[in-house]
Amino acid sequence: MCAQCLTLFALNSSLECFPNSVANYIDLAPMPDNYFVRYLPLLIHFLVAVGFASVVVTLSWLIGYRRPSRAKMSPYECGMTPIGDTQSRFSVKFYLVGMLFILFDVEAVFLYPWAVILRKLKMFGFWEMFVYIAIFLVGFFYIWKKGALDWAAPSAKRGEV
Amino acid sequence: MSVGLFILVSLVKIALVFFILLTAVAYTVWLERKVVGHMQNRWGPTRVGPFGLLQPAADGVKFLFKEDLTPPHVHKTLYIAAPMIAVMFALTSIAVIPFGNWVAIGDTIYTPLQITDVNIGLLVILGVTSLGVYGIALSGWSSNNKYSLLGGLRASAQMISYEISLGLSLVGVLILSGSFSLREIVQAQSGHFWGFIPKWNIFYGGQFVAFFVYLMAAYAETNRIPFDLPEAETELVAGYHTEYSAMKFAMFFMAEYANMVTVGCLATLLFLGGWSGPIFGPYILQVLLPVFWFVAKVFVFMFIYIWVRGTLPRFRYDQLMAFGWKFLLPVAIANVVITALIVALRS
Repeated sequence: MCAQCLTLFALNSSLECFPNSVANYIDLAPMPDNYFVRYLPLLIHFLVAVGFASVVVTLSWLIGYRRPSRAKMSPYECGMTPIGDTQSRFSVKFYLVGMLFILFDVEAVFLYPWAVILRKLKMFGFWEMFVYIAIFLVGFFYIWKKGALDWAAPSAKRGEV
Repeated sequence: MSVGLFILVSLVKIALVFFILLTAVAYTVWLERKVVGHMQNRWGPTRVGPFGLLQPAADGVKFLFKEDLTPPHVHKTLYIAAPMIAVMFALTSIAVIPFGNWVAIGDTIYTPLQITDVNIGLLVILGVTSLGVYGIALSGWSSNNKYSLLGGLRASAQMISYEISLGLSLVGVLILSGSFSLREIVQAQSGHFWGFIPKWNIFYGGQFVAFFVYLMAAYAETNRIPFDLPEAETELVAGYHTEYSAMKFAMFFMAEYANMVTVGCLATLLFLGGWSGPIFGPYILQVLLPVFWFVAKVFVFMFIYIWVRGTLPRFRYDQLMAFGWKFLLPVAIANVVITALIVALRS
């Protein structure tokens, strides 16, 4: 960019340093305010982030040297020869946490729109949501007593979930 | 403002924010090594540049030149995509964070110090940061390594567990401000009460319980000590990034520290009044001082992150899950109900 461009932000309309077509475009198109325009910078930002991630991975692949050996290419298990398969079974607790998360997160998300307009709903809004949260808490108490939240062994010994 | 100028200004802002964020990430790592070093009676980095200040640059170059391994046992596409997913969502969530007031430059440009001012900024951040869990889950699964798989599973379970408490801790703030727009949430906290105490949500709104729930959930979300079970090196080597090397390995760190910065920004905006602080002087100072206050508050959060790391030991996994589900979640719900009751009674 030329020196004039650096003063672009200070002056009213010093667009001489741009080609005519760009200057025309900048002058003519009015600035609308709609959802697309509001989210356009977010989209650009996301694309820049994607570009950054790709460039970094590619650069590392291009620049870094590669001298593979059998030891380097085997799965890392603290220097021992790998034993067995990775695709083995893992604790069912992880699935349980996943399911509970969906239930509770959906319930939490329901609170958001209510929270934003609570000032207008006043006490009516509070009692409505109080009933909802009470039902939510009954379910929470149930899974707690059922042992779904216990990670350690006792519940497993009892043969429950 | 016309469309072309709008896009030009947006691009300039995006470039600036990227530069600042990546620098902040690099120097948070430096600060962490330095501060933890001093806490452990060491010096931390001292060799590269004065006070080791050029250490991040040296590390970056080193990462680039390291051997970029793609072992044959991995699921190649996902293995490469995972660090990219982690880093791109970590860098995207900063887009809706406002750093200061609106600024007028000349007569034509009037723009917020924020990449885009959307009215559901908070939802955008929650959505984008939630997507970051895919990077970790996929890296753990695609590496085809037992440590990676366990680390990835732990990280996913931990992140989704604490996300509920994190989400619920924000409801109190939403009730008080009545908006999803981060800018309006900050504006709702302007002014003072009792003469001098700022009307920040943590004081005036009585959201200190929510603040601590948020802080703890945020530590767990970013996999930091005392919640860094996914990369517990005594049991899992390095967790989900055991099989990664060179820049792909560094990208997970970039994502983690970028998330720390975002979490600090969000805490500042929601609970500590954002960029509000003493403002005086000519126009240029009126523009820069709010940004200074904002950065100062975020810096405090970064420092506390490091301080906690230098102080606390790691949880056991069952303690971690019990803490999230049986302590933070009920406390967050109680905070929502009490805040709602007080606000409903007053309005």
